[in-house]
Amino acid sequence: MKRPIEWQIANVKAVKQETPRVKTFTLTLPDWLPHRAGQHYDVRLTAPDGYQAQRSYSIASEPERMGEIDLTVERLEDGEVSSYMHEVLARGDQIEVRGPIGGYFVWESMQGGPLLLVAGGSGVVPLMAMIRHRQRSGSDVPTRLLYSSRTPDDVIYFEELDELRAMDSGLEVIHTFTRRQPPGWKGYARRIDAQMLDEVIAPLGKMPRVFICGPTLLVESAANSLVEISVPTSQIRTERFGPSGA
Amino acid sequence: MDEQYEDINRELMLDGNAVAGLLQEVFGVEMTANPAECAHCGVVSDLGALWAFTQAPGAVLRCPACTSIVLRMVETPDAVYLDARGATYLRLERHAR
Repeated sequence: MKRPIEWQIANVKAVKQETPRVKTFTLTLPDWLPHRAGQHYDVRLTAPDGYQAQRSYSIASEPERMGEIDLTVERLEDGEVSSYMHEVLARGDQIEVRGPIGGYFVWESMQGGPLLLVAGGSGVVPLMAMIRHRQRSGSDVPTRLLYSSRTPDDVIYFEELDELRAMDSGLEVIHTFTRRQPPGWKGYARRIDAQMLDEVIAPLGKMPRVFICGPTLLVESAANSLVEISVPTSQIRTERFGPSGA
Repeated sequence: MDEQYEDINRELMLDGNAVAGLLQEVFGVEMTANPAECAHCGVVSDLGALWAFTQAPGAVLRCPACTSIVLRMVETPDAVYLDARGATYLRLERHAR
């Protein structure tokens, strides 16, 4: 794509509270372009005195949905942009964005699989775009999502993931809860480690395409663990979010 | 002390993806899937795979193999400064999507 990316004014079509700390903003774009699952948009705020703050947010929606995008945003305590979006931005408002951006952390159904997706917290967002794209494009590549959350209340897209998993034999969702588990929980209850990855990856063989997204330390640890269990680094793509929210 | 400092830095570390917008603004094409060779150790990495530090005024991209600085970018209201001394080359795909 040769043309430079331009800033444009998006309209907020809907705001959905996903979890206590996470909201999804549906934006309609006058200059919409199809994105690739995993790409992001830059969001820019400008104060009356000209001060600007800018952040990148992953697209949660699939490219098959035309004319609009979902950005799922976690509220960070000291986040200039995320606080504004959570506290001020409402349906009918406008916001300045540019995108879609990025070509490294992306997956398109024609690339095939199998896919191992590893998420920590809101790191699930670009992976959700991949899962939605996989489903909408009719892809049947075996896909496993390993999703680490602090508590069951922190799981983003819980119901949709459950529904997708139930109707699609090729998709597995494996949760791990690091701080509080649901009553009677028999699944993982610890941080992602090499043993967990070894168990989760087993049905996919040693050569799946791997996408890891989350807080920097989780991504580091997961990527190193995968190398430990002999997954080639060339198969692993990472996106780090920086320090975790709390 | 040093170790703690190192840990703080690593926690703030992002990927080249994080500055994909600025790179695209400067080069006019998507850059994160394009490779660069580290001038220090010779390892070739996609720009999206470089380590990015964006907390300072400006962005610093480091080689994930040897941690040397590959690219530095600073934005001012009128211009973008790009210091690419840490790269032997950047490869731009002619027909990048």
